[in-house]
Amino acid sequence: MDTLLDIENLWVKFPTRQGIFDAVRGVSFTLGRERLGIVGESGSGKSMTGRAILRLIRPPGMVEADHINLDGVDLLQKSEKAMREVRGERISMVMQDPKFSLNPVMTIGDQIIEAYRLHSTASKSEARTKALEMLEAVSIRNPERVMRAYPHEMSGGMGQRIMIAMMLIPNPEILIADEPTSALDVSVQRQVLDIMDKLVKERGMGLIFISHDLNLVADFCDRVLIMYAGRIVEVCDADKLHDAQHPYTRGLLNSLPRLDTPRDRLDVLTRDPAWSDTPSVSGRL
Amino acid sequence: MTMLSIEKLNVWFGTGRDRVDAVKAASFDVGAGESFGLVGESGSGKSTILRAITGLAPTWSGRITVDGRAIERTRPRAFYKQVQMVFQDPYASLHPRHSVDAVLGETLQLHGFKDIDARVVRLLDDVGLGQKFRFRYPHQLSGGQRQRVAIARALAPEPQLLLLDEPTSALDVSVQAEILNLLADLRQEHGLTYLMVSHDLSVVGHMCDRLAVMKDGEIVEIMNVAALRAMQATHPYSQHLLQASV
Ligand SMILES: Nc1ncnc2c1ncn2[C@@H]1O[C@H](COP(=O)(O)OP(=O)(O)OP(=O)(O)O)[C@@H](O)[C@H]1O
Ligand SMILES: Nc1ncnc2c1ncn2[C@@H]1O[C@H](COP(=O)(O)OP(=O)(O)OP(=O)(O)O)[C@@H](O)[C@H]1O
Ligand SMILES: [Mg+2]
Ligand SMILES: [Mg+2]
Repeated sequence: MDTLLDIENLWVKFPTRQGIFDAVRGVSFTLGRERLGIVGESGSGKSMTGRAILRLIRPPGMVEADHINLDGVDLLQKSEKAMREVRGERISMVMQDPKFSLNPVMTIGDQIIEAYRLHSTASKSEARTKALEMLEAVSIRNPERVMRAYPHEMSGGMGQRIMIAMMLIPNPEILIADEPTSALDVSVQRQVLDIMDKLVKERGMGLIFISHDLNLVADFCDRVLIMYAGRIVEVCDADKLHDAQHPYTRGLLNSLPRLDTPRDRLDVLTRDPAWSDTPSVSGRL
Repeated sequence: MTMLSIEKLNVWFGTGRDRVDAVKAASFDVGAGESFGLVGESGSGKSTILRAITGLAPTWSGRITVDGRAIERTRPRAFYKQVQMVFQDPYASLHPRHSVDAVLGETLQLHGFKDIDARVVRLLDDVGLGQKFRFRYPHQLSGGQRQRVAIARALAPEPQLLLLDEPTSALDVSVQAEILNLLADLRQEHGLTYLMVSHDLSVVGHMCDRLAVMKDGEIVEIMNVAALRAMQATHPYSQHLLQASV
């Protein structure tokens, strides 16, 4: 499989009152034309890993790595201007906080049309038609109304779907989707996943799918990286996730509520300090 | 005893061609100490029902009764000691320039508590954050950590009715388990009543006694959890939703 992205020894560091906090501690992985899942508990460094690839860590936070190669070229060596092109054209990211990423004082329609015209020579009316199509593709009811609406007038799940539609406009080589479907009901979620799936299968896009939904990742992705305290503790094929061996992964699986087996209390993780001391497992292929 | 009663609630936004009838003639009751779930399609009006109860949806008709008192257009301060809401979006619901300590301290002060320091410590422990997060700002927290702060803030006034909008959808499964156990304990210890929106049917199955299924602004079915577990829905949309989630 061709390697689109190759990350070696990535660190993300934040200075805090208590000294330097390492949010990501030396992770390495590759991404091909595949659906790569990243799972792990809250605060384990999933979002920071995604943002670091695009060099979107705000100062005083710092990104360090041996390299972050996109098609063999190290993103860490690029100028900020060259990075902006990468962000706009080659790698898109759907942020975990959809409404924050939209402009609050501009209608949804104007935002999609503007984003679309930035990436094509389409006329305004062509862009409008395309925008409506995209909203329909993510199962938005009454897209005409939504085009005229502002972000705060959208429900949680509508905001997520609008962000996904926008991120797909530039036809990126890589999409980093951070909890892209966490607010969606199962049937709408299926439709959104189908769109991403098609892009991977038909256009050879690489997808990094960050999620805490283990069942979803097991079902949807090809490979999974399991993160704990800024490191990768286990890597497995997604369809083998339910047989994962690491006690942390087992603990995550056991804490899920299940419709068919009601329980009074859910199991919670008992964390073993050894988990965070063990060196990161490599996610390279 | 009924803690919350919703009768023929309509909520709408906008006018003319931009009018949205977000909630149409919704009716349901939640007993004191009960946990009631709201599930359904994205955009079907679940959050809007919670917002109407707390006074965040300006245009509505129908009747909302909390603990036997019908809600007027403006709600007295005492209402917010009794009813608290955890918002769907943990990013938008915390003030960016207020530290965790400030958020919790101000809420406690507003509701007239005196032992603020001790309470802040306890709230942070209750939601599993601990003291090292006390002086952080929202941008220094992950999504799940922010949601725990939002839950701590809602618990601060010791409300009787808690409106929970996707309280764990931003959380990983282990923190979700901690929060759901915490919510279950609090409900038992303090006899709290929950109205909880979630798109995760297994979470609703675990937490709730009964649930309403919504589609396009309407409640299409009210069922109990035994029926949910047995996959016995009567309305075609609820059947579809149940089928899609296995
Ligand atoms: N500006 C900052 N200063 C200090 N620590 C930070 C800062 N930003 C993030 N962190 C910490 O970095 C760690 C990793 O955060 P990250 O957002 O990557 O978590 P995550 O795995 O995406 O979690 P979630 O599932 O809750 O979104 C967290 O413990 C967080 O508190
Ligand atoms: N302030 C507003 N102005 C205009 N329309 C609004 C406003 N708030 C909500 N709506 C509309 O009301 C409808 C219901 O929204 P609501 O947020 O209640 O959905 P929801 O069931 O919570 O969905 P989700 O699961 O995606 O969060 C949507 O069509 C939404 O666009
Ligand atoms: Mg995150
Ligand atoms: Mg909602």
